[in-house]
Amino acid sequence: MKIMNIVKSINNALDLMLRENNKVVVYGEDVGVEGGVFRVTEDLQKKHGVERVFDSPLAESTIVGSAIGMAIAGYRPVVEIQFSGFAYPALDQIISHMARMRNRTRGKFTSPVVVRMPYGGGINALEMHSESMEAFYAHTPGLKVVIPSTPYDAKGLLISAIESDDPIIFMEPKRIYRAIKQEVPEEKYAIPIGKAKVLKKGNDVTMIAYGAMIRECQKAIVMAEKEGVDVELIDLRTIYPLDKETIADSIKKTGRVVFVAEEPTSFGVGSEIMALANEEAFLSLEAPPKRVTGFDTIVPYPQGEHFYMQTPEKILFELLETARF
Amino acid sequence: MFEVYHPVKGELFEVIDNKGNIINQEWFPEIDDSTVLKAYKDMLFARTVDLMIVSYQRQGRIYTYPPNYGQEAVSQAVASQVDVENDWVVPAFRELPLYLAKGAQLRDVFLMYMGDEKGASWSESKRMLPISVPIATQLPHAVGLGYALKMDKEKHVVYAFVGDGGTSTGDFHEAMNFAQVWKVPVVFIVQNNQFAISVPFNTQSGADTIAVKAMGYGMKGIRVDGNDFFAMYSAVRDASDYAREGSGPVLIEAVTYRKGAHTTSDDPYKYRTKEEEEEWDKKDPLKRLKYYLMERELWNNKDEELLLKTFKKEIDQAFLDTENSMSYELNEVFDHLYADQLGDLIRQKKRYKEFMEWKAKRQESVQNK
Ligand SMILES: Cc1ncc(C[n+]2csc(CCOP(=O)(O)OP(=O)(O)O)c2C)c(N)n1
Ligand SMILES: [Mg+2]
Repeated sequence: MKIMNIVKSINNALDLMLRENNKVVVYGEDVGVEGGVFRVTEDLQKKHGVERVFDSPLAESTIVGSAIGMAIAGYRPVVEIQFSGFAYPALDQIISHMARMRNRTRGKFTSPVVVRMPYGGGINALEMHSESMEAFYAHTPGLKVVIPSTPYDAKGLLISAIESDDPIIFMEPKRIYRAIKQEVPEEKYAIPIGKAKVLKKGNDVTMIAYGAMIRECQKAIVMAEKEGVDVELIDLRTIYPLDKETIADSIKKTGRVVFVAEEPTSFGVGSEIMALANEEAFLSLEAPPKRVTGFDTIVPYPQGEHFYMQTPEKILFELLETARF
Repeated sequence: MFEVYHPVKGELFEVIDNKGNIINQEWFPEIDDSTVLKAYKDMLFARTVDLMIVSYQRQGRIYTYPPNYGQEAVSQAVASQVDVENDWVVPAFRELPLYLAKGAQLRDVFLMYMGDEKGASWSESKRMLPISVPIATQLPHAVGLGYALKMDKEKHVVYAFVGDGGTSTGDFHEAMNFAQVWKVPVVFIVQNNQFAISVPFNTQSGADTIAVKAMGYGMKGIRVDGNDFFAMYSAVRDASDYAREGSGPVLIEAVTYRKGAHTTSDDPYKYRTKEEEEEWDKKDPLKRLKYYLMERELWNNKDEELLLKTFKKEIDQAFLDTENSMSYELNEVFDHLYADQLGDLIRQKKRYKEFMEWKAKRQESVQNK
């Protein structure tokens, strides 16, 4: 065991996989010499050589497109998009090819690529550095979308992602890259994709979140306890495929659900959770399912970002309404 | 010029040397002393703004900032010639002297990097686009602006900027191709400052130069010493004349060096050495222009000292004024997204206000306990 933050645990997962499987390659902008702008790939080039860990030219489309080619040829590329806001030039490759290659060729060719990208707000960044657009990947048939919230999960999920035969969008909550430290085993372990985790048992309200919002929810839950509300907290860990069973079981038990995320409200992951609550737990519902999510706006620049973000207090405000409905 | 300094020759177009001596009289631009002096002062101003913003950032009064210093001559060559009413400017994000020339107030620049959208639209400028954070995605807009100028029979020019890293993108390629096919009046200026964050040009491209890429599009191109104000001035003059006459776009590769970090969050010593920086320091655009002016007794150290003092005072005052008058209202998050007020947004805004009221009451009751 070693104390690691998310940056270190992802670095550790990449290191292990590079060591274990010589088909794993890691690349992207500033990934090699510099070790990534967030230092997630630090020293990997030194350890594994420039042929396997390297800087690419600045072009997201071909970063992903070339990874698809390598994957078809049997490699296991793990590419980094510097910020999720810069993935858009690569959407054509992601949607038109990465997600479709297996289906198009009836399984003859596959594209087991992992696309890593830091996402989310709360870091006082310039435009395009704060969004949470996981929904459009989750909405794209053929992709799996994974978002860890702890160093332990980040490592185990990334290892599963690299070993997965399907393409994975692996979104990293950059706001908590270094904020959470935890004991993480140094050896290899995997956390299954598609399994949510109940972080805290509770009876009154089911709260569902992922990524950096888990911490905010935990703070809100402590406040709610003082108000006599007992919350069950579920960390989705995988956005698609959604662990419907875990979610539905919990909602059936509590009869109330609050979903918390940084994404814009409309047509988001939260919309799916609302649908699930109605489809799978309708008869158990005692309050309207609720979303505590971003406005349907562009994430404001830092001076206005606090309006947009989900804070423990804002979560509590909505949570109490649902609990007391 | 574009035939003499043809990109396939790989030659660098220079006019003065590192000591400010004219080494290329034939191509020395027609420019009067007062314009040169003004250009120097503007560059000095931009550099002072730049360095002061970096120091404000260190004090925690500015968020992430991408410094421009070392690259001033590239923007200044345009700033000294741009028709601020009529020409379009399509920046990347490292063109500070140009923003200031084109009507950005210091307040705008500060607000932008303090994280307020009100600084993003350059208040006094009719025809300058905001900075473009997604690299190179602004170039297609320049093509469209050029097309509009052409349709409107306006004899003006679009100046579009991008970095060396940006030349690797699909948008760069597509914009070059469209521009030449449509023969639009766009001057593309690539600020080749040797790096895209940590990635050096030889990792970015297999080509020896960026200028030579123009050939693939059938476009005029030239490789210029971007730290030589006069060379840049000449090249921009010829390119804009060429474009304005309707002959088509031109690609200028401005060879320069980012003297500072990529942004205030970057540590350049991860990927380059002090020695390399010192080599480039000899080519500093301000130093070279200052030598030129001092040689002609148009400028001296005393003038500079005095001017710097005034600049610093002005900048500090503007910064304090900005800090003291900043405000950001909830409405601003919602009001500019659509032409009309959408129900969803009205409801979300209202809900937020309810939350604020609840929060205020809650705090009150906590205090009363
Ligand atoms: C599409 C896109 N990908 C990645 C980034 C992150 N990023 C910001 S600046 C930069 C390097 C840009 O290099 P260059 O074009 O040479 O401009 P310079 O910063 O040197 O002025 C990168 C990769 C971005 N802003 N946009
Ligand atoms: Mg550059």
